[in-house]
Amino acid sequence: MVLDDKRIRIITGHYGSGKTEFAVNYVMRLREATKQKVAIADLDIVNVYFRSREKKTELEQRGIQLIASNLEGNAADVPAVSGAMTMPVTNKEYQYVVDLGGNDVGTMVLGRMKPLLDPAETDFFMVVNTYRPNTSTPEGVIEQMENLEYASGLKVTGFINNTNLVRETTAQCLVQGDAILREVTQRTGVPVKYVTYVKELLTEGVPEGLAGELFPMEFNMRKTWM
Amino acid sequence: MAKVLMKGNEAVGKAAIEAGCRYFFGYPITPQSEVPEYLSSELPKVGGTFVQAESEVAAINMVYGAAAAGARVLTSSSSPGIALKQEGIGYITNAGLPAVIINMMRGGPGLGTIQPGQADYNMAVKGGANGDYHNVVLAPASVQEAVNMVMEAFDIADMYGIPVIVLADGLIGQMMEPVEFNYVRREGIPEKTWALTGKGKGERHNIKNLVIEADECEEWNHEHFEVYEKVEANEQAWEEYLLDDAEYAFVSYGTASRVVRTAIGYLREEGYKVGMLRPKTLWPFPQKAFDKWNGQIKKYLDVEMSMGQMVPDVAYACNDKNKVVFHGRTGGNVPTVDEVVTFGKEVMGGDK
Repeated sequence: MVLDDKRIRIITGHYGSGKTEFAVNYVMRLREATKQKVAIADLDIVNVYFRSREKKTELEQRGIQLIASNLEGNAADVPAVSGAMTMPVTNKEYQYVVDLGGNDVGTMVLGRMKPLLDPAETDFFMVVNTYRPNTSTPEGVIEQMENLEYASGLKVTGFINNTNLVRETTAQCLVQGDAILREVTQRTGVPVKYVTYVKELLTEGVPEGLAGELFPMEFNMRKTWM
Repeated sequence: MAKVLMKGNEAVGKAAIEAGCRYFFGYPITPQSEVPEYLSSELPKVGGTFVQAESEVAAINMVYGAAAAGARVLTSSSSPGIALKQEGIGYITNAGLPAVIINMMRGGPGLGTIQPGQADYNMAVKGGANGDYHNVVLAPASVQEAVNMVMEAFDIADMYGIPVIVLADGLIGQMMEPVEFNYVRREGIPEKTWALTGKGKGERHNIKNLVIEADECEEWNHEHFEVYEKVEANEQAWEEYLLDDAEYAFVSYGTASRVVRTAIGYLREEGYKVGMLRPKTLWPFPQKAFDKWNGQIKKYLDVEMSMGQMVPDVAYACNDKNKVVFHGRTGGNVPTVDEVVTFGKEVMGGDK
């Protein structure tokens, strides 16, 4: 249940692990689950394509507030973020999702928010796809996790098992990611919070007994021809 | 090798390493900056050298030097950065040297936009530098194809002594797709007996650009064109998609061809006999494919992310400019599937 998570959910992870697709799906689920105000911050200063701000219209139509760059338009190659990003941190009427850019570099923008963050109401979720070369082993995941924790000063509170090969994803992919992340959990004590899959792709059914709550998703960022 | 999920820009970097490239000289520019970023960390691990040059002009001249020394060498950039490299590309071409150049195109002209584009067709295919020359131009439509083409590019370059441009766009560079790396070196690649290998290794080698006497310079040109003839004979590549019963054919390459492929699905559902001829080499343009299908196809529907730069080549290839119709978006925009379906219906009318 997304409402059981802490009020502020910061989504981090290795570059290309699927943070934005998860964050957009998550915030839409959150919107359906609560009558409170819901906001998502796109703090991606690393990427210039496939950012959640591209979904501004879809998000706002659903009543989700989007906080992105203070520069209009989504094509600016400028690492600008909006000062409004701290508002839902201090205003407790908000349920808040923060979509960071990839890697330790992407967590830099948290510096502005960090002094206001109360760890008691903050989750720091790390999205992992074990088909990404740098997070294909437990050691790789832990190394990335340590980099993210060091750069952000926050502790990862849960993993999102987002193991996939996009349109070539099979049930076996989820099982493979599960095995690696279980090993990581054993070594670090950090649990797998959700295990994702895209509904239209997993026609053979979802394997049973995976660590974490099942989190079915839809492609929001990827067009039909991608 | 098992499949991994990679971003196009990382994957082309890895493909170069797999193909034996150990030298990269470049300069960052969106949307291809992950190519140098990836290679800056990965090349040193395999004993290679990465240099971020002070400019694109410097980088391409480092490529010229490494190529002259017999190395497999890569540079990459995006549209305005490739424009800056043109002088060096001309020099490398005239010297008859192999090199690989990746262009992750963005919207132009000038600085333009960082969103994807295909408006560097003319610069790559017609030649953005001075003089009579061609470069081989490969046009991938997926991350896997970009990987395969980068590997192939090194082989083609070494085979003929010619620069090869891998002409992709920002979306291919930024998109994540599953890929695998299976490089098998082509047979028959000649040894680089001409390479500048330094003092004390036998005979004197000379790689040059300046040919002062007109007769000699003309002769030099003719030699280049003998090579181009071989390339045109051997290297044309294309994909035929649902052409067997087709009366109409889209012609599209790279990212635009992916939108077209999806649109064809909808048009086929409605009974239109339409397919696609997708050039995989833009130079040499796949004349052989057109020769094969010209008799059967009533119209060629050219779809590009440009104002129609490929149209003259399609018209030439089908030898009938009245057969060619065009739809395109430019300046960083990608055509939508709906748009292409509508365009298809406008052209084909009720002709099912």
